[in-house]
Amino acid sequence: MRDLVQLTVNGTSLRVARGSTVAAAVVIAGRCGFRRSVTGDLRAPLCGMGICYECRVTINGVAQCRSCQIVCDDGMEVVTSE
Amino acid sequence: MSRHRKLEVLVVGGGPAGIAAAVRAAEAGLQVGIVDDNPSVGGQIWRGEASKQSSSLSGEWFQRFSSNKIELFSGTRIFEIDSEHALAAENASGTYEFHYEKLVLATGARERFLPFPGWTLPNVVGVGALQALAKSGVPIKGRKVVIAGTGPLLLAVGAHLKEYGAEICLIAEQAPIGKLIRFGTALFRTPSKISEGIAFRRRLAGVPIVTNSWPVSVQGSCKLESVTMRSGNKKWQVRCDYLACGFHLVPNTELATLLGCKIEDGVVVVDSLQQTNRDSIYCAGEPTGVGGVELSLVEGEIAGFAIAGKIEAAQRLFPLRTKYRNFAERMERAFALNPKLRDAALPETFICRCEDVSLERLREHSSWRSAKLHTRCGMGPCQGRVCGPALQFLLGWAPESVRPPLSPVRVESLAASVED
Repeated sequence: MRDLVQLTVNGTSLRVARGSTVAAAVVIAGRCGFRRSVTGDLRAPLCGMGICYECRVTINGVAQCRSCQIVCDDGMEVVTSE
Repeated sequence: MSRHRKLEVLVVGGGPAGIAAAVRAAEAGLQVGIVDDNPSVGGQIWRGEASKQSSSLSGEWFQRFSSNKIELFSGTRIFEIDSEHALAAENASGTYEFHYEKLVLATGARERFLPFPGWTLPNVVGVGALQALAKSGVPIKGRKVVIAGTGPLLLAVGAHLKEYGAEICLIAEQAPIGKLIRFGTALFRTPSKISEGIAFRRRLAGVPIVTNSWPVSVQGSCKLESVTMRSGNKKWQVRCDYLACGFHLVPNTELATLLGCKIEDGVVVVDSLQQTNRDSIYCAGEPTGVGGVELSLVEGEIAGFAIAGKIEAAQRLFPLRTKYRNFAERMERAFALNPKLRDAALPETFICRCEDVSLERLREHSSWRSAKLHTRCGMGPCQGRVCGPALQFLLGWAPESVRPPLSPVRVESLAASVED
């Protein structure tokens, strides 16, 4: 499976095409929201290019990572906060 | 401790302008490095193409890029000025201090978003954003997409997403048809742009395109289900999975501002050789005025040649630059935003998405500074990059001064930049 990478999103394992961003993996995992806003609104990527910070998730324990700017890697653990 | 890198030429931004500047400087034997926030080189327009070499223009430039010795720092962001001729940067593995003799700012542009009820709902995205997400692996095949906003980007992205298998339900252009016809006629001065436009239209065969139209609200509980559009007094609903909105591009001028470069009307001021008012600092591409990929490339080349001391080579490109700049100016007039778009935002609509600040709370203030202090508008992680351009259009508020760090950074990075 050279062209796929395996990672987990909220504990569920999935495979995505190599080169996909973490944002793509979160969508493929079926999550519609990525995080909650300060008043509790569900949010997901807006700008797709690292500006808006709406796609923030926790990656391998590091919080506040912009999922649209980070490419998936084997064994990555992604946690959304919605 | 930061890692120190000494470069003769440091280019910030790896899009077409940055690549062109880096290539022309490296070809002259200079030691060049590119710092880029994105996972791979190419900027937004050539996102994900570096390994595929798809469009002929990008393929040509990626070839030049890889055949020259140019050091690339991907996923790396400049966040602060360290000292004279040195910038602090951060990436996943730590912090850097980049020392340069010449600096090229090729920081690109972002989209302008105009708030309306429901624009914060998941799957309401930017136009360029949906293209970037599709290129990054977000499944788009079979998804229903409505594209709204202004400018040729709507057609370009529509054609592109259709090729990816998306079903484009509607393209809504806010400009009225009369202005577009005048623009179309003026295109005869730039024939290559006409054939490009015809090609997009052919690829979008069967897709309804409406003018003088924009979204007024969306429906859906946890994600977008449909959008209500308006055109004149007519309103109607369209079911869709994604609504992609883009109301022009906004130059990224934050780093230039921090460095003390002169900014006028939202763009970095440069001389004929793309040099800013600051010694050793050049600027190319969208930050000097939004004009698209051809203008970005030619400006990048001029900056690169100028830095390499090849003034004649730079001067030979001046007529081409003038041609593309004139085209950009005509486009700006044709696609000027309709003031009625301001009415799309209601009093309770959030303008600042980072801090959830509504329009009615902002209206209590006379300036962005006052609103910032009392509502935290623009103080969240995006630092006003989304709400700033919206507020400039909605309330006429001028952008606030830029302060370091330019983007949220790890505490360790801040500490490292202070230590050094």
